[in-house]
Amino acid sequence: MSLLVRNGRVIDPANQVDAIADVLIESTTITRVGPKLPAPEGAELVDATGKVVCPGFVDIHVHLREPGYEYKETVATGTRAAAAGGFAAVCTMANTQPVNDNRSITDYILEKARSEGRVRVYAIGAVTRGLRGEELAELAELAEAGCVAFSDDGKCVMNANLYRRAMEYTLPFGTPVISHAEDQHLSKGAAMNEGVVSTELGIPGAPAAAEDVMVARDILLAELTGAHVHIAHLSTAGAVRLVREAKARGVKITAEVTPHHLTLTEEAVRAFDANTKMSPPLRTKRDVEVLIEALADGTIDCVATDHAPHALSEKEGEFDHAAFGVVGLETAVAVLLDRLVRPGLLSLPTLVTRMSRGPARLLNLPGGSLAAGAPADVTILDLDRELTVDPSKFHSKSRNTPFAGCALRGGPWMTIVNGKVVWR
Amino acid sequence: MAWTRKDLLAMRDLDAAEITLLIDTAASLEEIATREIKKVPALRGKTIVNLFYEASTRTRTSFEIAGKWLSADVVNFSASGSSTAKGESFIDTAKNIAAMSPDVVVVRHSSAGAAAILARELKCGVVNAGDGAHEHPTQALLDLLTIREKKGHFDGLHVAIVGDIAHSRVARSNIHGMRKLGMTVTVAGPPTLIPPHVQELGVKVAYRLEDAIRDVDVIMMLRLQQERMTAGLIPSLREYSHYWGLTLDKLAEHARPDVLIMHPGPVNRGVELSPEVADGPYSVILDQVAKGVAVRMGVLFLLAGSRGSGDHA
Repeated sequence: MSLLVRNGRVIDPANQVDAIADVLIESTTITRVGPKLPAPEGAELVDATGKVVCPGFVDIHVHLREPGYEYKETVATGTRAAAAGGFAAVCTMANTQPVNDNRSITDYILEKARSEGRVRVYAIGAVTRGLRGEELAELAELAEAGCVAFSDDGKCVMNANLYRRAMEYTLPFGTPVISHAEDQHLSKGAAMNEGVVSTELGIPGAPAAAEDVMVARDILLAELTGAHVHIAHLSTAGAVRLVREAKARGVKITAEVTPHHLTLTEEAVRAFDANTKMSPPLRTKRDVEVLIEALADGTIDCVATDHAPHALSEKEGEFDHAAFGVVGLETAVAVLLDRLVRPGLLSLPTLVTRMSRGPARLLNLPGGSLAAGAPADVTILDLDRELTVDPSKFHSKSRNTPFAGCALRGGPWMTIVNGKVVWR
Repeated sequence: MAWTRKDLLAMRDLDAAEITLLIDTAASLEEIATREIKKVPALRGKTIVNLFYEASTRTRTSFEIAGKWLSADVVNFSASGSSTAKGESFIDTAKNIAAMSPDVVVVRHSSAGAAAILARELKCGVVNAGDGAHEHPTQALLDLLTIREKKGHFDGLHVAIVGDIAHSRVARSNIHGMRKLGMTVTVAGPPTLIPPHVQELGVKVAYRLEDAIRDVDVIMMLRLQQERMTAGLIPSLREYSHYWGLTLDKLAEHARPDVLIMHPGPVNRGVELSPEVADGPYSVILDQVAKGVAVRMGVLFLLAGSRGSGDHA
């Protein structure tokens, strides 16, 4: 079975390709990239004229919610959402019920992924048992079961000594530790960013320092241990400065940023819509500007959605009682193409890098390249597609997006995983 | 000018002309309190639901009396004690109330934004009777009406709001209202009770009571909640009251002789106000309470009455 994607603009940052070309896929592998390739007999043809052909996008930060919170999302619905959003692979966080802090849960998730997953699924294991921040999970066994990284995401490991030991213990596995950087004393009770808007709304705010303090700590621990520490959903100008400075010193620190932190500010909270409530919170205009700049210059290594599905009942009531988090898989690419690439704030090849090669390399995942021999994961974009975000049409089980009703130009057009078209 | 809004949610939303209309309407209804038969037919046949998720005696009673004097049918729904205990959600309760076709819902809730969320869900008018630390517009309106009556005008008046600004919806609503009407506002309290970036709302900040009350026309003292100590915001009630409690001595030494002392109630007597100040000659606290009924009549009339016709008495 072969598939020939014809005449698209191929952007493959790993191999310095940006040209009109064809991509030939045979079985599950990319076999050739070049102009006007002859179609093998019986090959399925995809006319990508006017489209952009990229290595399959990878989202290293999603919550598929299974097991335990199947009413919010499942591996089946979450990976359909991923495919429809242009993602060929996702990494799912450990805050399931039970927590992914032991091998049987990892096995369960990966088995679900094999049988029901539409895209590739990688599991991220918990750092501490039950995400309680008290004792290490069985990290070696989790790594052996296939966990590609470790994180207590959703919570910060407040005990610096325990976190240090986690970094040291996982060194031989080559699995980064992913930090949810939030000092939980500084952010106690907060439901939004602390600033003039929280002051006006009377909603308790978390200062940017709640994040910056922990980013600084984790940089120092990375330096102490030599571990690779990855900062999840970085959201402040201060944290950008810390990461930039640490990278210049050679510390093994990387970072991701979400589409919502790149495009929305705390002003969005004024309507008291709980779909603007997430952790870390939406920050200021200046933070947004600094984040975009940092994504462009590589201080921030990749985009990740922090896709956090919640049921309507968890989001429709009082703002301070609502759950933290928003879905992102089905809006990320369109939002970034429309809000960052179209106005010229970020080049298209840079965006492609930060969504494919960047994240794949961070977690040592296959993919992120269209070289001959690479796994056949391909994301094709249509820069002219116009759409208005309609949550009722989401493949995800949940609808909690801050982008409902936004008119966006550009978006995913086709997703190919392992040589198969999984969404078009 | 005519009132055009469905709801009264926040002073921040209003312009000076709207605020003036609300105050003027309230002032024109004030004399009902002096009548022997305290009832006018303005809202006969209208239904007002007081939906109170937070314990409140004063505000709820004030709205209830206001509705009754205007001949509306007033129903009190204390959500803390009934359906919420059964796990019914805020939105669900609201929808059930709406299904009974009220004309105005008055809501008090501990969550900022609760009134706005309700207003989005309901077709009828919604009055915010206090939503968390966000706003309490009828309190600001009654404060403004009191100030105008005592001082005769607003122009150039300087008001000090003293105490727990960070957690006060009264402070927020008054800051917006007073600024829009051309007054100068100073907020004062220990820095832990002053919310961040509050200067951007156009107010001055003072960190000593003596500085805050010097040369101002009005001092508005706020209630200090006991839980601020456990949250690590102030060391002790004793220390707070020593530095921030208003006494006759401090007034005599630092304040103008014609200063007005206001407080939204209920007063922690001996904490933010000494009893001699609360009951003393500068105090207009009970005038505020009386004006509260007039303001709420005005608000209910504008939201539920024949819009802008003016023949309400």
